[in-house]
Amino acid sequence: MFWDWNYTFEILPMLARASVITIQATILGFILAAVLGLVFAILRMSRNRVINGATTAVVEFIRSTPLLIQIFFIYFVLPEFGIVLDAFLAGTLALGLHYATYCSEVYRAGIEGIPRGQWEAATALNLSPVITFRDIIIPQAVPPVIPALGNYLVALFKETPLLSGIAVLELMQTAKILGSQSFRYLEPITLVGVFFLVFSLIASAANRYAERRLTGIGTR
Amino acid sequence: MPLKSIIVTAIVAFAAGLIFASFAGYELFIPGLLQGAWITIQITAGGAVLAVIAAFTAALAKLYGPTPLRWLANCYIEIFRGTSALVQLFWLFFVLPQLGVTLSPMSSAILALGLNIGAYGAEVVRGGINGVSREQWEASVALNMSRALALRRIILPQAVIAMIPPWGNLFIELLKATSLVSLITISDLTFRAQQMNQATFRTVEIFTLVLAIYLGISLLITFGMRALERAATGGTVRGRAN
Repeated sequence: MFWDWNYTFEILPMLARASVITIQATILGFILAAVLGLVFAILRMSRNRVINGATTAVVEFIRSTPLLIQIFFIYFVLPEFGIVLDAFLAGTLALGLHYATYCSEVYRAGIEGIPRGQWEAATALNLSPVITFRDIIIPQAVPPVIPALGNYLVALFKETPLLSGIAVLELMQTAKILGSQSFRYLEPITLVGVFFLVFSLIASAANRYAERRLTGIGTR
Repeated sequence: MPLKSIIVTAIVAFAAGLIFASFAGYELFIPGLLQGAWITIQITAGGAVLAVIAAFTAALAKLYGPTPLRWLANCYIEIFRGTSALVQLFWLFFVLPQLGVTLSPMSSAILALGLNIGAYGAEVVRGGINGVSREQWEASVALNMSRALALRRIILPQAVIAMIPPWGNLFIELLKATSLVSLITISDLTFRAQQMNQATFRTVEIFTLVLAIYLGISLLITFGMRALERAATGGTVRGRAN
């Protein structure tokens, strides 16, 4: 069996449409991961041992269990408690939650990299904790870790095929359906692989560029 | 420190689970889940062995191989890191038979996941070898060692110790990735969870229990890797000196 270009061009529009869903899930998931990750990172710095310990435990728990099971959990178990989400939303939520735990480690590294003097100056100026974080710490902690966050954006993007596990019509699910209709799996699945490879390579290149541009910001 | 809190949460979560869920009639799904867990462990172990072999081969080829071999290693690393594990798994499972190579689901699973983690591992191995200080190489040259001998006797033993913690993380990634094999009809823990869920509708109990089993296996990996690190360093220096 050889590569069939006619069939390739026939399925390309369908895969292109499906890739929109993949990209939507990536963007929504990553926004959630970036925001929730920061929340986790700040909660983990709390002096209250209960908050600190509970957040650490939740983060470690989510990081140590498979994303696919978490997707199933949100999609199948939450309805038992009255929270019904459609497949796309459940999948995106799981993606965001899973990667938030990775992002929180990144933010934590950024926050810990801030010189002690900044905290002391904020205390000396009698700034409230909220203002200290919002105006002093976060603006300095986040830019240096953007490349590391970028790596997790690429990682999250590569995990979106897992949404096919709950039948979201993203790229992988579409490729599988096309394959089962025509009994030709070579083209659809290879095209999906190429799509991810191309995007990942572009994203890593962009990330390296960002890293070069941003390395000056964190150091004074 | 995080380990302790994981164990605490596991206990708290389990206790909370007991309040919400009744485990009456558990004999309906527990044996099935345990059979699934056994398959998951087998795939993790097989994948881990393959990943270590692939990672060392690719890293050594990339660092010291002749140009074509270096190029090949680079292609392997970029392709397997640049595409999704699920795409690789589906490619081996659905596409390879159409090209005339039929693998059993189990071999496709171990091959795909092992090669996937191996590609990430190759960078870990490369980083570990590059992390050994230059003086070690210079001292080996001064002692008239060949490059292969220096690598085997001086560099790798030091590099391997520095690699143990990142490999621990990769093995946990591998364990998590094994849940994907449920999508190519292997009856691993995830597959069993869905099967038992459809048969008994004990959704909450089953998925909570499955999360706990995965957490348990990943804690075992963490403990194992820590013990390995202690044994490798002989209780002396942690990681490499710099």
